[in-house]
Amino acid sequence: MASLAEQTRGRLKVFIGMAAGVGKTHRMLLEGQAEQEAGRDVAIGLLETHGRIETARVAEGLPLIPRRRVRYREAVMEEMDVEAILSRRPELCLIDELAHTNVPGAGHAKRYEDIEDVLAAGIDVLSTLNVQHLESLNDHITELSGIRVRETIPDAILGRADEVVLIDLTPEALLERLRAGKVYPVERIDAALNNFFRIENLSALREVALRQVAEEVGAKRLTTELVGSRVESLAADAPQAVGERLLALVEPYPGAQRLVRRAWRSAQRLGAGLDLLWVRPPGKALSGEQQRSLTALRQLASVLGARMFEEESDDVADAVVEVAGRRGSTYILIGSSRPARGLARLRVPLPQRLMARLPGVDVRIVADRAQRPGVESP
Amino acid sequence: MNVAVLVLVACAAAVFGIAAGYWLPPHGRVPAAGVRERGERRILLPFSGQEISRRSFEAAVRLAKAENATIMPAFLAHVPMSLPLESALPVQCARGMPLLEAIEQRATSLGIPVDSRVGRGRSARDALRRLLEQEHFDRIIINADEDPRVGLSYEDLRWLLQRVPAEIMILRPGFKDDRRISVDAVSGHF
Repeated sequence: MASLAEQTRGRLKVFIGMAAGVGKTHRMLLEGQAEQEAGRDVAIGLLETHGRIETARVAEGLPLIPRRRVRYREAVMEEMDVEAILSRRPELCLIDELAHTNVPGAGHAKRYEDIEDVLAAGIDVLSTLNVQHLESLNDHITELSGIRVRETIPDAILGRADEVVLIDLTPEALLERLRAGKVYPVERIDAALNNFFRIENLSALREVALRQVAEEVGAKRLTTELVGSRVESLAADAPQAVGERLLALVEPYPGAQRLVRRAWRSAQRLGAGLDLLWVRPPGKALSGEQQRSLTALRQLASVLGARMFEEESDDVADAVVEVAGRRGSTYILIGSSRPARGLARLRVPLPQRLMARLPGVDVRIVADRAQRPGVESP
Repeated sequence: MNVAVLVLVACAAAVFGIAAGYWLPPHGRVPAAGVRERGERRILLPFSGQEISRRSFEAAVRLAKAENATIMPAFLAHVPMSLPLESALPVQCARGMPLLEAIEQRATSLGIPVDSRVGRGRSARDALRRLLEQEHFDRIIINADEDPRVGLSYEDLRWLLQRVPAEIMILRPGFKDDRRISVDAVSGHF
């Protein structure tokens, strides 16, 4: 049962895009207009047109709640007036730029905190966000683009949104808009083209944005299933989530790094996340060499952006099934095993056990490519 | 009498099988064919670009064979100041991992044991320094013809000679030998 606060809380819808200029604010305003025409009380809590004529034109006819002035050092700045929104109490409020940082002394430090207050008052909110402002993606995007974005928001904010809508545009179309002066004023176009707005940056950002929204959809689907306690029936009936996730089984020995590299390349090609799992036999101490291999594996996982799990268990299959279920893995990758001897021959091999216990999950045995015939020696 | 013998033989076989199943690891690894046991000595072969000179690789192989050593190719990743030191670096890894794979494949095909590493730092020297703080290496083989903008500069090489307690072999560029091992050498889908 949802609490009363949850029932009366407003709904948050976020328009997310790869960069400025894709049309997030435009789309937010169009939805605001449609809602107003449908008879709802709509108001703009905050709008950043950045001097774009098109954006200002779409906003016409929507009531605008004036900003409040905040004195900071010698300057007077303008910020969203949360008190005014709460006393005006529209049914739907449009608040641009979810990741904005407020001027010190203007109440909350971040705009998403202001939006929380508005939602808590039962007012629905439409807002906008660029993907590079998400905290977890910030480092990755900095490495891709070479430009660090200072204003970030915790991913949980997006996770709590009732709806996330991706506003997509091809990099070519966005550059066209930029060159036509539809994104920034003429004097800023050259600088933008030479820095952030490069085709390789935009392509990478677009991929990140598409993947992020796909993951949000997947996560929401999973949450709905768990909340509804219909996990098994839904797992049988529902289509698979969009995102792929790989789980590679590793052990602390030098050859495991090759398996990890292959798994990472596969994950990259699939646009999937990568987890590593080491099932540690209980009570077994590591040798010095194993300890070094484990440290090297952890370092490799960290630099590749993979997450490494260590589970203590007597039964590898049990541990894999548990972690794969928890992480939503769609592929399991394992190295080739030594042929069983003695009574161990009677034991069902690990890949078969995994396939039997993880229906719908691919199990892949990774070969040692160096042993392929035709691999040249120098 | 015969039944008792049969039962005895069956019990012995079962005990033997159980013992074999117990002592042999159920998920042991297949040793790479032709690769000898891992040596005690460790030869570090660091790189930061997308290729290394064939001369330094061959020197590492010769030494590893002579000394029964393990070659340890190490990719040195550069973390920009704008990122935390522990950041994932997928863009650089997309360049470095295939070369690590190519070196490992080549060395393994020659029967040399390999144990790769990845170092991370604010510069190639910093990444190497952190790696050397974590582990001991008996020898370090360095290319002197790496692009100093991405790799180790001559200043770094001097630092290495002065500060690092390992045998260091610096290979100058070969005038007539500019063969390289690059990511193109990798076999398979890398």
